[in-house]
Amino acid sequence: MSETISYNNAPVPVALTINGQVHQIAVEPRTTLLDLLREHLGLMGTKKGCDHGQCGACTVLLNGERRVSCLTLAVSHDEATVTTVEGLAEGDVLSPLQQAFLEYDAFQCGYCTPGQLCSAQGLLREGHARTRDEVRELMSGNLCRCGAYPHITDAILSVLLTQQPAP
Amino acid sequence: MRNFGYFRAASAAEAVQAGATPQVHYLAGGTNLVDLLKYRVEQPEALVDINRLPYGHIEELPDGGLRLGALVTNAATAYDARVQARYPLLSSAILAGASAQLRNAATNGGNLNQRTRCPYFYDVAAACNKREPGSGCAALGGHNRDLAILGTSESCIATFPSDMCVALRVLDAQVRLLGPAGERVVPIAEYHRLPGAEPWRDNNLLPGELVTAIDLPPTDFGQHYTYLKIRDRLSYAFALVSVAVALRLDEAGHVLDAHLALGGVAHKPWRVSEAEDLLTGQLPSAEVFGAAADALLAGAKGQGENDFKLVLARRAIVRACWQAAAGTPQSQSDKHIR
Ligand SMILES: Cc1cc2nc3c(=O)[nH]c(=O)nc-3n(C[C@H](O)[C@H](O)[C@H](O)COP(=O)(O)OP(=O)(O)OC[C@H]3O[C@@H](n4cnc5c(N)ncnc54)[C@H](O)[C@@H]3O)c2cc1C
Ligand code: SF4
Ligand code: FES
Ligand code: FES
Repeated sequence: MSETISYNNAPVPVALTINGQVHQIAVEPRTTLLDLLREHLGLMGTKKGCDHGQCGACTVLLNGERRVSCLTLAVSHDEATVTTVEGLAEGDVLSPLQQAFLEYDAFQCGYCTPGQLCSAQGLLREGHARTRDEVRELMSGNLCRCGAYPHITDAILSVLLTQQPAP
Repeated sequence: MRNFGYFRAASAAEAVQAGATPQVHYLAGGTNLVDLLKYRVEQPEALVDINRLPYGHIEELPDGGLRLGALVTNAATAYDARVQARYPLLSSAILAGASAQLRNAATNGGNLNQRTRCPYFYDVAAACNKREPGSGCAALGGHNRDLAILGTSESCIATFPSDMCVALRVLDAQVRLLGPAGERVVPIAEYHRLPGAEPWRDNNLLPGELVTAIDLPPTDFGQHYTYLKIRDRLSYAFALVSVAVALRLDEAGHVLDAHLALGGVAHKPWRVSEAEDLLTGQLPSAEVFGAAADALLAGAKGQGENDFKLVLARRAIVRACWQAAAGTPQSQSDKHIR
């Protein structure tokens, strides 16, 4: 038989591991992962830019893959692992990408930055970007209203180049 | 967003049974459906989550083709080594669409069934026959820059926005369906519809039917192909016009076989056999490619704001034919069009 049914729009229990911590929560079927993070769990690092999949500010890692959390229904991802910008550092030690964003001055207002960082983390894991053009193309899902693109690309490339052996 | 019920289907039979109720939608990646729920363009009573069904694999077919499960993501399809080696046109078209994040979530079944991006379809205050049958069409005489120039009707001039499906059309894919009445297979050519008098029907899927897979027949288009997408930004935007071309050439360079289709110009990927016949047996030349472009665009009509598409499409077709003939497909990261 079916696993879960919500009649009358009743909340559905889901278990999510978010930044290493297990959360058992009941969510209305319409709750997006973005609203769950921000409204239910108070994790405000993930930003709501457009709420329509068009800006990338809400990017998180879902089972290690980058996704826009605004178009992701939480109910559909029972037992998933989520990493948000709050989970990128190891304690006080910034991740290589976070460090590079500081070094390369890869933000101005910072609104897009959590999404940029999570997206770049996903890009590194995917392993399909090798050149500057490829980084730009595969980061095109993250808009930056301040136009910090050249420095964002530099920061990501710097980490990419330390991670891959020279050809 | 209005709230709705939720049903997580554990088997295909269960999904099809639940999905046959009107006012129920299948949920795959959600990248289109959740957006439409937010705009209240779709207001289902319940969603049937199909993500646990066993359609998440790419498999070899006995005839040398490939079966793409409906739940395989667009990203996993585009980067699959077999798809890249044997159907590079499909990889290229998928990678020309949306963004990396969206392709990680978007599924093959969802891509096939995504809805138009006509701005009035999204605006519940506007007249739109596709959203609300009989209410009229605000795009006729309205903002129609992005909309169709081919196969339009008096009731709707929307385009079908998929990039992936333009490549599927060129590759003669077959769509596998499971419904309350059992299984059936529909050629991609007959899957999507023209708007006609029933623009609310995007495709020929029957109530409750589920796409289970997309079958690719064996082809030999690994060398001479291209997917050329023209849009307002260099990335992360829907096509104004896109062209998929696949050719087979003999040793002297004559065209043995030509398949071409357009995206961004009609309610379905647009392909015309007369245009392809004009290429067969010919050596590449501006005249031959131009004649094929004219045949592919026969009957095209601008709607005002989108008149530019007539010229743009012709040039894009000719350029794409050159790219395919030369074996230099359009890069999806180096944006120069050569
Ligand atoms: C900002 C943005 C930009 C985009 N840009 C592009 C682009 O440039 N090019 C492009 O091609 N696409 C683009 N897309 C669209 C994207 O490709 C689609 O949203 C995606 O392919 C839909 O897949 P999904 O699995 O998320 O479908 P869902 O959103 O889950 O479903 C979409 C529809 O298909 C139905 N459905 C899903 N799976 C099945 C099935 N197996 N059987 C029957 N019905 C099913 C659902 O009921 C629903 O009606 C863009 C989307 C966004 C948000
Ligand atoms: S073109 Fe089609 S989708 Fe757009 S407003 Fe007219 S009827 Fe609606
Ligand atoms: S808030 Fe999700 S993409 Fe903009
Ligand atoms: S730093 Fe301001 S939006 Fe990117």
